[in-house]
Amino acid sequence: MIVIQKCLACDRWQHPGRPICLTCGDAENLGDAPVTGNGNVDSFTVVHRAAAPYIVARIRLVEGPIVLGHLADNPEPRCDQPVRFVHRDPLPVWIPGHHHPPSTRSR
Amino acid sequence: MSVAIAGAAECDLGKTGKTVLELQTQAVTRALADAGLTLADVDGIATNGISRFSATQIADYLGIQPFWCDSTFEGGAVFEMYVARAAQAIAAGQCSTVVISYASNQRSARSRNLTGVYTEGTPEASWEEPFRPLYPISYYAMVAQRYLHVHGLRRADLAGVAVAARARAQRNPAAWTYGKGPLTVDDVLAAELISSPLGALDCCLVTDGGGAIVMTSLDRARDLPREPVTVLGYGEKLTHTSMTSAADLLRTGAIDTGQRAFARAGLRPSEIDVVQLYDSFTISVPLGLEALGFAAPGEGLGVTVPHNTTGGGLAYCHPGQFGVLLLVEAVRQLRGECGERQVPGAATALVHGTGGILSSHATLILGVDRR
Ligand SMILES: [Zn+2]
Repeated sequence: MIVIQKCLACDRWQHPGRPICLTCGDAENLGDAPVTGNGNVDSFTVVHRAAAPYIVARIRLVEGPIVLGHLADNPEPRCDQPVRFVHRDPLPVWIPGHHHPPSTRSR
Repeated sequence: MSVAIAGAAECDLGKTGKTVLELQTQAVTRALADAGLTLADVDGIATNGISRFSATQIADYLGIQPFWCDSTFEGGAVFEMYVARAAQAIAAGQCSTVVISYASNQRSARSRNLTGVYTEGTPEASWEEPFRPLYPISYYAMVAQRYLHVHGLRRADLAGVAVAARARAQRNPAAWTYGKGPLTVDDVLAAELISSPLGALDCCLVTDGGGAIVMTSLDRARDLPREPVTVLGYGEKLTHTSMTSAADLLRTGAIDTGQRAFARAGLRPSEIDVVQLYDSFTISVPLGLEALGFAAPGEGLGVTVPHNTTGGGLAYCHPGQFGVLLLVEAVRQLRGECGERQVPGAATALVHGTGGILSSHATLILGVDRR
């Protein structure tokens, strides 16, 4: 499961979490809430200056916020590609395709 | 009161074997000599990158006790910000003669670090560092990837920026790549990939270098040896420090800084004769020229306004923060001192600095007070 900070006063998500809602200014009704784990690749880069190349991406969650993460199992990454969050060791990754149906549980 | 740039100079560039303070001393004293002034005239200092107390450090080193200083640290955009602040300080009477300087010995000292520095306790240390983006390259790489995707372009199209920069550097004897001959698109594409789609030749150089400019009132500058370069307009903006803050990678702070600078100057992009734009990476050039109004989105690769006449950070010199050398070249172009690379009759210049990961932006518009 992936959680993102949500403001219950104005129903908006924000990332990274902060002690104030950047939309409405509320500081009392902020908490982490589960998201679908579905997003789309805003952009990505294959880092080659490494022992083994890896793909860093900006993922735009369907809920709105953008997070940084690694793409995996993805021989042809592209911008606007649908991806979903899954747990891996040591870091979670985003793999092609959305969870169907969207669920708050990741496989 | 109008304010002018009365002197400008580079320190030694390339691989110098000198310390930062030795290079700074060269830059400051050469710029003062260019202005027909001496250290005794200086009562304002703006610099950074020397030590924790950078302005105090250089002041002590040069035996100055200034009445005004600025060591704002916002990466490569800050030298353009210093010009605006110095203009305000001189106009307000807080000081009369400001030196803005910078130097780095990063090539000699082998101090360039690709992984950046994350500060404990910041959101980036928790949410970005674990995924090991290269800083700042991976951010620019994601901007480039998005740019190519949105506009239906290829890496080879961006490579043309590096090819053009190398060609311009062949007309600048001070350039690191001067005399090294032309670059081809194939050369750029064949270079080692660092953070795709950016390869080694899409990235700015790593060299020693730096420079300085001298500012004073326009009235005083008119009594000095050089044609005064006038400060017509400026604008600055901070937009983000996190790699995930920007809602749209292709809409940078340069859009606002350009509009603010043009409004203050009462000019339009079509009235600018020469542009000096921070080309940290190939993508920075089309994206920046578009944001500043010289081309429509997606058409920055075909822009015709003369720009980056030195060869830029890609082919001339890149000492970590390139912004001060953009100023030096703009001043020289406006005075008509650039020989083979001179833009004929250049009377207006736009200088745009960028810091961090397109985090901070500052635009200046300069003119010349012809005798
Ligand atoms: Zn709220």
